[in-house]
Amino acid sequence: MLEMIKESNLLVEQANFREVIKAGDYFIKVVNKGQTFRILDIEGNQAADTLFYNAHKPSERYSAMDTIREQGNIYLTAGSKLLSNECNPMLEIVADTCGRHDTLGGACATESNTVRYSLDKKCMHACRDSWMLAVAEHEEFGIGKRDITHNINFFMNVPVTEKGGLTFEDGISAPGKYVEMKAYMDTIVLLSNCPQLNNPCNGYNPTPVEVIIWD
Amino acid sequence: MNNEILYEDEIPGGAHWSMLMRKGTSLKLIDKLGGANVGMLFYNPSNKLERYNAPDTLKCQHTFKLTHGHCLYSDMGRIFCSIIDDSVGWHDTVGANTTKKIVSEKWGEHNYQEYRNDWCLNGHDSFLVELAKYGMTERDMAANLNLFSKVTVDDNGHMSLVEANSKASDSVELRFEMDTLVIFHTCPHPMNTSVEYPKRPVTYQIRKSEVVGEDDYCRNFREENQRGFKNTELYNIGCGC
Repeated sequence: MLEMIKESNLLVEQANFREVIKAGDYFIKVVNKGQTFRILDIEGNQAADTLFYNAHKPSERYSAMDTIREQGNIYLTAGSKLLSNECNPMLEIVADTCGRHDTLGGACATESNTVRYSLDKKCMHACRDSWMLAVAEHEEFGIGKRDITHNINFFMNVPVTEKGGLTFEDGISAPGKYVEMKAYMDTIVLLSNCPQLNNPCNGYNPTPVEVIIWD
Repeated sequence: MNNEILYEDEIPGGAHWSMLMRKGTSLKLIDKLGGANVGMLFYNPSNKLERYNAPDTLKCQHTFKLTHGHCLYSDMGRIFCSIIDDSVGWHDTVGANTTKKIVSEKWGEHNYQEYRNDWCLNGHDSFLVELAKYGMTERDMAANLNLFSKVTVDDNGHMSLVEANSKASDSVELRFEMDTLVIFHTCPHPMNTSVEYPKRPVTYQIRKSEVVGEDDYCRNFREENQRGFKNTELYNIGCGC
C-alpha cells in the first residue's frame, strides 16, 4: 500500500461535535454507528494514541495485529478497515491527508520509558497514565487495565525494513493534517494526546489535537 | 551440571498447553519435523495484569524480528525471558492467531464429533481454554509470539509469511528472568498457505539455566536490555511494583 492521500468533503462548520484535546490529556467518548470522526493535527507532528471498543461489549476491541494481517500491510491509511479482536470491522479510514499511520509501536508508558531512555525517567507523563486516569474517571464504560491493548499511533511514522529493523522517524504529519474514520458500530474512542518528550514522535513538543464528529 | 534437562515432553501439532516457568530455568522448544509454529503469551503469575507486550518488545529493541539476544518484555518494563539460543533466526510477533473462521475457510471444518482428537483447533480458542484455567478471558489476550514463523515486510508495508522458515530439529531457547505463566499452542500461523492443516509437533525441554552474569549476551545486546534487566532484578529482590 503506497501512501494514500484522500481529502474529506465534510465541512467543519457542519460538524455536530468539536473538542480540542490539549497536549498530554485524554479523550473518551462513544462515536455512534454511521458517524464520522476526524482527528486533526492542529500544529503538526503530534501523535494521537488511540484505542477502540465496542460500546455494547467492551471485550470486543480494536486489534492491531488482526487489522494489519487481514489487510496484508502494516501501515494504516485511507481504505484501511480497523478490525476488532473478533475480526469485525469497527471503523474504516475514509479520509487521510497524512498518508500513513503506525499501529506496531504501541503507546508510551512510564515503565517502558525507563527501558527505552533512562531509569530516572520513570516519573515523566506517559500515554498509559492518561488511559489509566480515563478508565478510572469513567467507570461507566466498563474498561480497566486488562482491556488496554495495542493501539493506533495516528500521525506517527514507524518504518519496518525488509531485514527486520524498526525505527521511529520524524513524523510525516504537518499542521492541519487529519485522519477521518466512519464507524461501523457504536464505538468507544479512547485517545491519549501523547506527552512523550524523549523521541521525535511529537517533534519533542507535544501540541493539541482536535476531535470533530459528524452525524 | 549447567543447563541440565529437568523435564522433556512433546506437544503434538495443533494442540495447547500452559505452565509456570520459574526464574532460573529455561524452555527449549525443538521443531521436530520442520514447519512448526508456537503461539505464546506470558503473564506474571502474581499480578496477571502484567503481560507480554509485543509493541514494547519491538520498540525497546528497534526490531521487527526476534532472535538470539532479544528479550521479551512485559508491559511493565521488565523481561519475562531472553532468547539465549536460536537456530531459526527470525520469529514473528505480529501475525496473531488463527480463529475458528480462518481455520475452517483455509482447511475446512474438522470437528471433534467427526475427527475426535484429530480435529483442527485454532489458536484463538486454544488460548481461551488455557487462559480460563487462570481466571483470564479474551479481555486478557494480547498480541502473541509465533515462534518458528517469519513474517517480512517490504518497503511499501506489505507482509509475507516466509515458507519453510524452520527446519527439522531447529530450536529456540527462552531463559526466564522472572517467574512467568506461559500459555502456548502449536496451531499453524494464520498466514500459513499449506493445502492441509499442518500439524507439527514440538518437543519442549525445561532446563536449569546458568546464573546471568554482567557479561551476558542478551543483557548486553542493547543498552535498553541492560535497563530491562535492572528493572527485573529490582522486581526479583522484592522492590518492583
